[in-house]
Amino acid sequence: MSDLIVILIPVFPLVAVLLNGLLGSRYSHEVAHRLAWGSVGLSFLCAIGVFAETLGSGVAREVVAYKWIFGGDLTVNLAFLIDPLTCIMLLVVTGVGFLIHLYSVGYMHGEEGFTRFFTYMNLFMVSMLLLVMGNNYLVLFIGWEGVGLCSYLLIGYYYDKVSAAKAASKAFVVNRIGDAGFLLAIFLVFQNFKTLDYQQVFAQAGQLSTEMATAIALCLLVGAVGKSAQLPLYTWLPDAMEGPTPVSALIHAATMVTAGVYMIVRNHVLYDMAPMAMTTVAVVGGTTALFAATIGLVQTDIKRVLAYSTVSQLGYMFLACGIGAYTAAVFHLMTHAFFKALLFLSAGSVIHALHGEQDIMKMGGLKSKIPWTHGLFLVGTLAIAGIFPLAGFWSKDEIMAHAFVHGHYVLYGMAAIGAFLTAFYMFRLTYLTFYGRSRVDHHTAEHIHESPPIMLGPLVALATLSVIGGFPGVPPEDGWFHHFLHKVTAQVGGEVSGHDAGSGLVVTLMLAATAIALAGWGLTHYLYSLRTETAAAWAERSPGVYRTLLNKYYVDELYDALFVEPTKKLGLVWDWFDRHVIDRLVVGVGELTQSSSAASTWLEKYVIYGGLNAIGYANHLLARSWRKIQSGQVHHYAAIIVAGLFILVHLVLAWWTGSGGMLK
Amino acid sequence: MVPLSAYVAVSAVLFATGLIGVLVRRNFIIVLMSVEIMLNAANINLVAFSHYLESMAGQIVALFVIAIAAGEAAVGLAIIIVVFRGKLSTNVDEMNLLKW
Repeated sequence: MSDLIVILIPVFPLVAVLLNGLLGSRYSHEVAHRLAWGSVGLSFLCAIGVFAETLGSGVAREVVAYKWIFGGDLTVNLAFLIDPLTCIMLLVVTGVGFLIHLYSVGYMHGEEGFTRFFTYMNLFMVSMLLLVMGNNYLVLFIGWEGVGLCSYLLIGYYYDKVSAAKAASKAFVVNRIGDAGFLLAIFLVFQNFKTLDYQQVFAQAGQLSTEMATAIALCLLVGAVGKSAQLPLYTWLPDAMEGPTPVSALIHAATMVTAGVYMIVRNHVLYDMAPMAMTTVAVVGGTTALFAATIGLVQTDIKRVLAYSTVSQLGYMFLACGIGAYTAAVFHLMTHAFFKALLFLSAGSVIHALHGEQDIMKMGGLKSKIPWTHGLFLVGTLAIAGIFPLAGFWSKDEIMAHAFVHGHYVLYGMAAIGAFLTAFYMFRLTYLTFYGRSRVDHHTAEHIHESPPIMLGPLVALATLSVIGGFPGVPPEDGWFHHFLHKVTAQVGGEVSGHDAGSGLVVTLMLAATAIALAGWGLTHYLYSLRTETAAAWAERSPGVYRTLLNKYYVDELYDALFVEPTKKLGLVWDWFDRHVIDRLVVGVGELTQSSSAASTWLEKYVIYGGLNAIGYANHLLARSWRKIQSGQVHHYAAIIVAGLFILVHLVLAWWTGSGGMLK
Repeated sequence: MVPLSAYVAVSAVLFATGLIGVLVRRNFIIVLMSVEIMLNAANINLVAFSHYLESMAGQIVALFVIAIAAGEAAVGLAIIIVVFRGKLSTNVDEMNLLKW
C-alpha cells in the first residue's frame, strides 16, 4: 500500500501530462488547469504521507516500480529511494510546485497556449520528482535531462520572441556542458562499482582510491555547476528569465536549479573522500555567491536581479556543501525555495499589475497601489536578506557560522560580503519598486490593479513559509531538521562533525549576520530613500566599475568571443567542408554509379543482346533453309518416308549380314 | 505346291503397285485404294509365312490387319468427304496447308 503511494507521486502529474498534452485542445482551459494543479496537489498529499511514514520509521527504503534494464553486469530498476533527504525534496518540490501551479492559473489567464504551459509544467514536475526520488544514477539522469528539457521548453514558451528562443537554446546548450560531466561521472561510477544503485555505491565507496573519488566528484561537480548555474556556467540563468514568471519561480529558483545541490548532498559520501573536490565545490560556491551578488547590485530588470540573487544563493548552498555542511545546504535549499518562489511570484504580480513592465526604473511608488503585493514582496526581501527571525536568517547564518567555526575564514568573508550585498540589492529592488516617486508612465499608471486572489493565495502561503520555514532548523546545527537529515548527511570520516562551537560564539555570529543584513538595508535606505541622488553620483564617479557590473563583467561577451564565435566559425568551416568535400564525394560516387551503369547498359544492349540476337538469327537462317522440305504435299512426305524406309532396311540388312544374319 | 518365293513375289509386286499408286496418283481416293493394296500385299506375306512356318499367328495378324484396314478406309473416306465439302476437289496437291 505504502509502496503504491510512493509510485503514485510521479504518476499523478504524468497522467495530467498525457491528458493535457494529447487531449488538451478538446476541452476548456478550466479543465486543463484543474487537472494540472490537481495532480500536483495529489502528489503533494502523497508526499506528505510518505514523509509521515519516514518520520515514523526513520529508515530509508526502496520501492521498485519497474525492472528496467537487466543483463550482464548491469541491473537498473526504475526504483525510488525514500529517505529523509528525498522526503524533504519531495515536500519542497510538490508543495512549492503546487502553490506555483495555483498562481499560474491566475498569471497565465488568457495567454496563448495555456494548456501547453500546464503540460510542460506538469512534465517538469514528473522529471523533477524522478530526479529527487530515483534510487540510482540513471533515474537521476532521466530526471536531470527531463527538467533540462522542460526548462528549455518553458524558457522558450513565447517562442515567437527571438530573445526567448535564443535564451532557451542558450540554457539548453550550457546545460549540455554540465551534463557531459555528469555522464562521465556516471560512467566512472559504473566502471568502479559495476552498479548504479546509490546504496550499493555508497556502501562500497570506501574501496575507492582518493584519485578516483576526486575524479568522480569533480565530474559530478561539472554537472551540478551546469544545472545549478554556478561559475563558470551560470550565464544561462539570467537569460532564462525570458520565460513566464511562474516558470522562473518554479524551475529557475525553487526546484530545478537546486538539483545540483541535491546531487552533491546525495553523493556526499564520494565528496567526503575527496578533499580537493570539496575545496573546489566550496570555492566555486563562495566565488559565485559574491560574483553574482555584485552583478545584482546594478541590474534594472526586476527578474534579472532575482535571477542573479538565485545564482548567488545557490552559491551559498555550494559553499555549504564544500565545507561539509550538507544539512545546512539542504536547509538553505528549502528556505530559499520558499522565499525565492515568493519573490519571483510577487515580482510576477508586480509585472502583472504593470502589464508586462519589468524595468524597475519605470516603477516606484507602487506601495499604495498594490499593498498586498508590496507586503508579500517585503516579507520575501526580509527573508532573503537574513533579518531575524525569518527563514533566510537561520539557514544563511548556519552556513556562515559553520564556515567560521571550522576555520574557513576566507569563505566566511566571501559569504559575509555576499550577505551584505544581498541585503543591499534586495532592498534596492524593494525601494525602487515600491517606494519613492512613481516613475510609471502615465498610460500604465491608470490601469494598475492588485492581482486576483488565485495569485495572492499562494503568495500568502509562501510568505508564511518564508517566515516560519527557518524554525525546523532552530537551534542551529541541532534542530529537528538536522536530526531528521542526520542519517543521510552524516559525514563518513566524521572528523569534522565533532566541533566545539561555544554558544557564545554562535550568538556572536548571529549578531554579526544580523548586523551585516541591517547594514545592507541601512545603505539602501540612505541611497534610495534619503539621498536619492547619491547612487547616481557614485556610479558617475567610477564609471568603469559601474559599467563592468552593468554588463555583467562582460562574461557573456567573453564566452561569445572565446567559445560561441569560434564554434560558429568552426561550423562555417565544416559547412564548407561538407559542401565542397563531402558533398563532392557523394556526388562523385553518384556520378560514378551513373556512368558505370551507363557502361553496363551499353554492354547489355550491344554485346549481350547482340550475342543473343546472333544465336537467334543463326537459328532463323538455318530454319529458313530447311523448312522447305515441309511442303505440305502428302506425296512428298510419302516419298520421304519411302526413301527413309529404303535406307533403314538396307542398313538393317547390312547389319544382319555383317553379323552373319538370318538371310543367306 | 506353290513355293514360298512365289507368294513373296506376288506380294512384292502388289506392294510396289500400291506404293507407286500412293506416290504418283493425285486423286485422294485412289491414293487410299493404293494404301489398301499395300496392306493386302503385307497380308499375303503374313499368310504365306504362316503356312510355311506352320504357325497360326501370321493368319491372326492378317485378320487384324484387315480389320484395321477397314477402319482406316472408313476414317480416310470420311476425311475425304469433309475435305471435298470444303475444296470441291479430291486432288491431293491442293491439300498443302500443313506446312511452314
